[in-house]
Amino acid sequence: MSNFRINLQQTGWHCLTDERIAFIGARLIDPQINLDAVQDIIIESGRIAHIGKFPANWQGERIKAAGNIICPGFFDMHTHLREPGFEHKESVLSGCLAAAAGGFTGVACMPNTDPAIDTPGIVQFIRQQAEGQPVEVHPVAAVTKGRKGEVLSEMVELAECGVTAFSDDGSPVASAGLMRRAMEYAKMLKAVIIEHCEEPTLTANGVMHEGAFSTRLGLPGWPSVGEELAVQRNISLAGYTGGRLHIAHISTRAGAELVRRAKQEGMNITAEVTPQHLTLTCEMLTGYDSDFKVNPPLRETEDCEILLQALADGVIDCIATDHAPHTDDEKAVEFIRAPFGMLGLETALGVIYTKLVLSGKLSLTRFIDAMSVKPRQILNLPAATIAVGAPANLTIFDPNLKWTVDRNKMNSKSHNTPFHSWELTGRAVGVVNRGIVWMIKQALLCYPEQSEVSRPLFQMSASLRSA
Amino acid sequence: MSPHNKIDLEPPVLTHLLGLDGVPEPVITEILDTAENFLAVLERPIPKVPSLRGVTVANLFFENSTRTRISFELAEKRLSADTINFSTSGSSVAKGETLLDTVKNIEAMKVDVVVMRHWAAGSSKFLADRIDAKVVNAGDGTHEHPTQGLLDMLTIRRKLGALKGLKVLILGDIAHSRVARSNIFGLLNCGAEVKVCGPATLIPREAESLGVEVIPDLDEGLKWCNVVNVLRLQLERMSQGLIPSLRDYQRRYGLTRLRLEKAAKDIVVMHPGPMNRGVEIDSNVADGPWSVILSQVKHGVAVRMAALFLISGREKDEG
Repeated sequence: MSNFRINLQQTGWHCLTDERIAFIGARLIDPQINLDAVQDIIIESGRIAHIGKFPANWQGERIKAAGNIICPGFFDMHTHLREPGFEHKESVLSGCLAAAAGGFTGVACMPNTDPAIDTPGIVQFIRQQAEGQPVEVHPVAAVTKGRKGEVLSEMVELAECGVTAFSDDGSPVASAGLMRRAMEYAKMLKAVIIEHCEEPTLTANGVMHEGAFSTRLGLPGWPSVGEELAVQRNISLAGYTGGRLHIAHISTRAGAELVRRAKQEGMNITAEVTPQHLTLTCEMLTGYDSDFKVNPPLRETEDCEILLQALADGVIDCIATDHAPHTDDEKAVEFIRAPFGMLGLETALGVIYTKLVLSGKLSLTRFIDAMSVKPRQILNLPAATIAVGAPANLTIFDPNLKWTVDRNKMNSKSHNTPFHSWELTGRAVGVVNRGIVWMIKQALLCYPEQSEVSRPLFQMSASLRSA
Repeated sequence: MSPHNKIDLEPPVLTHLLGLDGVPEPVITEILDTAENFLAVLERPIPKVPSLRGVTVANLFFENSTRTRISFELAEKRLSADTINFSTSGSSVAKGETLLDTVKNIEAMKVDVVVMRHWAAGSSKFLADRIDAKVVNAGDGTHEHPTQGLLDMLTIRRKLGALKGLKVLILGDIAHSRVARSNIFGLLNCGAEVKVCGPATLIPREAESLGVEVIPDLDEGLKWCNVVNVLRLQLERMSQGLIPSLRDYQRRYGLTRLRLEKAAKDIVVMHPGPMNRGVEIDSNVADGPWSVILSQVKHGVAVRMAALFLISGREKDEG
């Protein structure tokens, strides 16, 4: 832990250890309690101690936060932390750093590690790696042992050690019969099955969306119908078994329509969409840049529009990043051979805020709802709320901060972002969770003796580069 | 539409030859005109010019090829270039070295031009973005095979006089064919009309987005076209379940003498080779009066000379 603090200092972040911290003048937004007001907020011993006008005689560290938004901490329910097994791409710690830099106070990490997350030992190991960080890490365990799609993992034991969601993400559960049993078994545990919806016989060699661009580029297509069929299969099975289904990274208009219909029929299913599937299209692959290679693949403009509509009106419940780090060496190969996946934790806030919130397509409250409230609900995790007495689990972001994404200045160990050189507005400046406050160094702090005049405590850091 | 073929106009300069997608007509015409000059050279008693003396060309073949490799080698020798050859079978990565490392190592030996055949679509673009040498795509997976497209266009132009307004039918496995793509892009850019014909499982769903029309019926296609370019049917399409059998394919899409006679008009028949005689094309068609297949092979050398020459940026005084 102490080592990690040093690491933090080097990366432009500051860890506040004071027991008593006040944020002055921020706009507090919590969609769960219809809170949207400019208020001071005081945190003492990791809990929200006071909301409202700042008491004159209060002693403690003050952070000037006017112009910033403070909301319940963002939660990314779809992250690949790569540990154990692929620590050259990412580790739990580097992933936590990337998450905090993106404003996330919690992540659910996917089980396509080596070994797969399919035993309590690995679940505990991952949690231990994240101890002392302001980012909670909730491992999602494999549906099937080793993610092989053959036999169910020991879900009872995994649930007893706190796992609330199961997924073979990276791959679908190909067998409908096995998926049925998984839903039935998980239902008994009140756990959710998160499914990567892909019909493998239709997508076998596909590396990009099947359409005009795959035809022109001569790349094997991954057709929309490959998702549509799998979404339909899983909705049907959820209806038949009564199990809880969450559809991961939905990418097609047809998939979104199926979810809409199922919800209209009253089914208890949920779905997520990624920033990349909302803002990028397959047209961007014309340069064969493998940073744009992702599964499910980038689709067409119409898909983006329908997914956005579905997100805005709640058919798609939440935003998840599908943060999938790969090294430059792994990506610098023939496009067909490059691994699927792109970074997401550090750009999600800026991309969604700039492209969808500022443009008026997504309301600010719905954005916060989709980034922080809904993911915790779906995973049956305790809510993060802005209420006196509640644990302080907060994201602080500056909605006016302009910045440029630089693939070489990621806190993640990897650089594979498709948003390189994008100019964004809106960036996290701090997170609060588990009694820890992380602030980016450029945030302003003020002290009682200087209460009228604030000053930057730290020099603005030019770089967020990982040590 | 295609940002990956970087071409500066006036004078037309080819930086790389990665494909014909997005290559404008004047550039194509320049290559074809240059190829005509080289065809004349090839008729001389000593069919060799010193145009690329001192230029080193590496022929990198990551996929089996006989005729394209020989054609490039011969073109390079006719231009007096120094050549080195590297071939490796199939998609073997057993030796663990990446494509980029392999090519960078060869480039470090001071190579000016890299001619590459590779099984992966986009691999020549991938290289062109990362190495200093000029890159000529000798076929990248199911993407493009620009020199084949150009030699087909040269053959048509020599046979029928001009490309503009001509009707070209491409027959067979369009989905997996780099020859089809390069022909489609090049011909459309030069003002020809292109239609494609073949079984639905071998025609991309979005074929029409390329600017071509799909004609499912071969006889109708033959009635329409001036030129039919017959693609090779890869035998593995059967094991992939895309066609039930060669016999079934031949029944509907095999180019036979009977079909050509039924069309009752002059049709130029082309095939990029190697042919499956009796499957996509009958022998009496391939060897018959319609066929320009061996001219294509001859033109291939001249077109590759032209492409290498123009890419190398040498002045034309030695032609």
